[in-house]
Amino acid sequence: MRRRRPEPLRLQAKKFIPLLAFVVLAGLLFRGLSIDPTELPAARLGQPFPQFSQPELSTGSDISVDALADRPALVNVWATWCYSCRVEHPYLIALAQQGVPIYGLNYKDDAAKARDWLSQLGDPYQLNIVDVEGSVGLDLGVYGAPETYVLDADGVIVHRHVGVLNEEVFQRDFSPWFPLVAAGSAIKADRGIE
Amino acid sequence: MIPELGHVSLIIAFVLAIGLATVPMWGAWRRDIAAMNTAPSLAVGVTVFVAVAFVLLTISFLRDDFSVAVVAANSNSLLPPIFKFSAVWGNHEGSLLLWVLILSGWMTAVAYFSRGLPLVMVSRVLSVMGFVAVGFLAFSLLTSNPFERLLPNTPLDGNDLNPLLQDPGLIIHPPLLYMGYVGLSVPFAFAIAALMGGRLDASWARWSRPWTNVAWGFLSLGIMLGSWWAYYELGWGGWWFWDPVENASFMPWLMGAALVHSLAVTEKRGVFRSWTVLLAIFAFSLSLLGTFLVRSGVLTSVHAFAADPERGLFILIFLALVVGGSLLLYALKAPSVASRVSYGAVSRESLLMVNNLVFTVTTVVVLLGTLFPLIMDAFSLGKYSVGPPYFNAVFVPLMALLMPFMAVGPLSRWREDSTRRWLHELLVPGLGVMAVAILLGFFGKATFNIWIALAVLLAGWVALGVIKDAWRRLTSGVASGLQWRRLSPSFIGMSLAHLGFAGVVLGAVVVTQESEEHDLRMAVGDAEVLGAYRFELQSLGQQAGPNYLADQAVFEVSRDGESIAVLVPEKRRYFASGQIMTEAAIDASLWRDLYIALGEPIGENAWAVRLQYKPMVRWLWLGSLMIGFGALFTVLDRRYRSQAARSAAPQTGAAAVAS
Amino acid sequence: MSVAKRFVIAMSLCIAVWAASNAWAVIETYEFSSPDLERRYHALSQELRCPKCQNQNIADSNAPIARDLRVVLYEQLEAGATDDEILVFMVARYGEFVRYRPGMDRNTVLLWTAPGLLLGVGALGLLMHFRRRTSESRAGLTDNEKAEIARLLKEPGA
Repeated sequence: MRRRRPEPLRLQAKKFIPLLAFVVLAGLLFRGLSIDPTELPAARLGQPFPQFSQPELSTGSDISVDALADRPALVNVWATWCYSCRVEHPYLIALAQQGVPIYGLNYKDDAAKARDWLSQLGDPYQLNIVDVEGSVGLDLGVYGAPETYVLDADGVIVHRHVGVLNEEVFQRDFSPWFPLVAAGSAIKADRGIE
Repeated sequence: MIPELGHVSLIIAFVLAIGLATVPMWGAWRRDIAAMNTAPSLAVGVTVFVAVAFVLLTISFLRDDFSVAVVAANSNSLLPPIFKFSAVWGNHEGSLLLWVLILSGWMTAVAYFSRGLPLVMVSRVLSVMGFVAVGFLAFSLLTSNPFERLLPNTPLDGNDLNPLLQDPGLIIHPPLLYMGYVGLSVPFAFAIAALMGGRLDASWARWSRPWTNVAWGFLSLGIMLGSWWAYYELGWGGWWFWDPVENASFMPWLMGAALVHSLAVTEKRGVFRSWTVLLAIFAFSLSLLGTFLVRSGVLTSVHAFAADPERGLFILIFLALVVGGSLLLYALKAPSVASRVSYGAVSRESLLMVNNLVFTVTTVVVLLGTLFPLIMDAFSLGKYSVGPPYFNAVFVPLMALLMPFMAVGPLSRWREDSTRRWLHELLVPGLGVMAVAILLGFFGKATFNIWIALAVLLAGWVALGVIKDAWRRLTSGVASGLQWRRLSPSFIGMSLAHLGFAGVVLGAVVVTQESEEHDLRMAVGDAEVLGAYRFELQSLGQQAGPNYLADQAVFEVSRDGESIAVLVPEKRRYFASGQIMTEAAIDASLWRDLYIALGEPIGENAWAVRLQYKPMVRWLWLGSLMIGFGALFTVLDRRYRSQAARSAAPQTGAAAVAS
Repeated sequence: MSVAKRFVIAMSLCIAVWAASNAWAVIETYEFSSPDLERRYHALSQELRCPKCQNQNIADSNAPIARDLRVVLYEQLEAGATDDEILVFMVARYGEFVRYRPGMDRNTVLLWTAPGLLLGVGALGLLMHFRRRTSESRAGLTDNEKAEIARLLKEPGA
């Protein structure tokens, strides 16, 4: 069989379109590998903390947003039925000891159980909003416990962390609003203290 | 010992696959006969060793060897043996092994059935498939080794297979699906081989067709099973959720459908060559993309295996090599001059071009919808969700657009046809179909349902086309009487598939429009009427299974006072995992399903219950079965059987083979 | 607080304590004041995504947050809110993520117009393709092609 002369390569721009489209797709997928699709930023970012009127945990009298006066502050959503909240609790106490104001939102919980819990494990909160029905949580956009919100100096929600709050997360994400605390912990860690 | 043997076997298969990917390809380049002839043996070699590995993994599962990590994670001593068997592929590592096993099976089949084909072609095809096998075996060995051991801390018992997967559906759904995904690598390999050899002619198309039809047929059956399984297993009567993983299986199906048609055109007329080769590349690329989406964690899905970006990166690189390489090859070597064979604007070719267009647009739309959340996230434009409301809104009109053409297509002539002839053939019967459609649009009720009328019109129209085509063949020719022999397997397969498609459309519309459901609290002795049916809760009880305890509710369903069925839905608690599962009770028939599912118990004597009436829902799956079996049936056609004899004759270009 | 609400909350608390398993049919036994509301409830519960789950709508999920959102949906429907108002309410708290049918905004324009655009472009391409074909077939062979044919006919054993 005689060997056929190889055909000259005739390049046409339009034949490269599928390849180009694929390169774009591959780039997108590569970028996608470093994104977490389940991470949901708070819809209320940039808005003030929603209005509410709920009882406070220890006093029992009603409070509103104005009670969250000490700012910048953290608002921590927690409950006694939430295992991860127990895991993060010691760190919250450590933060409170370093002067970080923490307000608690006791989410869909039993108030008596919550009080017992705090007296047993320590209370890092300046005050606790009792939210038995989850209505404050709903207005905030809470979808599970634990969550921690950051209120800046003007009472605007500037960040939300979903999940356990610990040293690593705090240094990585919370330092813009609590620079001294974050730096202080870093120095302590460097020196091997605690 | 056994897992180690399995591991070694897999490594040997890997080495052989490397040989398969390189030696015959080099042989084809250098025209070295000896090198090219190694391909079939290497293919068989890979198959044997992958099979050995698979068998050894299965033995580990069946023997409850919890020192093997995947067995510990996915099985349990109480698990019924049949599910221990299917648990082999009910996890990431094992399902990958199944993937490679099926791929090697296809390779052997190609080696066996292609003895009459030119050696250069076959060696290239097998090499390409070998290359795919290398990628998957490497992936398995390097990142997802099924034979990883948990020594010395061997658990005493396993975590159990997810109760959702403890069902006959799991036994057949993934294997069928993989037969489809993996099978699409065959037309892909043929396309690559043809591009390399610079010969995209009718012969290439003829060789590819049976493989494509079989692969696509299996894919249809696999998807159908998944839908049916979800329906009866998940407890709320849904059958398609446009979940990213479902879409990942659907896009190869859409491209495969286009490919099946496009190959027919290229075989018979020698046109559409660029389209067809591109479709072959896309179909398999989408299979690979599906593998990526399911295992990388890039998209959230109820179906996804454990998400792992590291594994995802591996697959992405492999994807880039295979798809990028093939598209580069296409860009360099696809025919730049369109075939000289011309066809008119009104012809079968142009109708099939519309078909190609609609399927391609649909695939792109589904891909866009599936990836849209990722696109928005990647550009920090916010978190969006795209779900069934969107997909249904865009998909349905596109499919509806296809159907008018589906009736005309089989009747149309190649090269040159006239719309007047079409009108002459179809107008009067078409009006008849429209009358029936309007009538059925009432569906036994006072209000007219336009969607049902439209669905009946389109489905009836397609059925009409099939009947006309069949009649034409039966009565044509000089001899008198019905020419049954003119109904070739090709024709029967095509007609079955088209009728099946019409059935699916009709079933989908009717069940979406006319189903009724009611959630309520029912205590023993309560009865509820849904449509024409009366559901009465007669008793509550308990029943123990091999690895679960079930709460049961006994319902009697009656119509017009006559008892139709006794249905017993269950709520099962599985011992090993503590998981709760709903087992719905279904009374199935061709025209309607009656569906009962239990929610939670309310007090001692009552339950939250969902009752559903679902008309014509079986048509969805019967139609899909027809599509799948129709595609498989075409392979029995005479012309594919005598391929050996045919290839001895000089291979010409556009061989117009009468169908 | 109504009995239904109390009941639902009690159930939510119980379920919240229990580790989430993902395999039971979620059946709420709400009493609707009209069948139209029930129909809208079913439709909307399939349009809203559970913020926490692996791609499920709030109708099909038994996660606590899905349950809460179903309660809110029921209450809002009974209170007379329109579909749009309910969607705005949900999006304000959970973002666009919670809608399975993306609303039309600057970002989603392409998503919604893609099918029509693609079909249009494709149809245009087909038309141009056919125009070119008919003009080409009328033109006949080019000079290059005629020369090629002559050359091939002259070559022995071609």
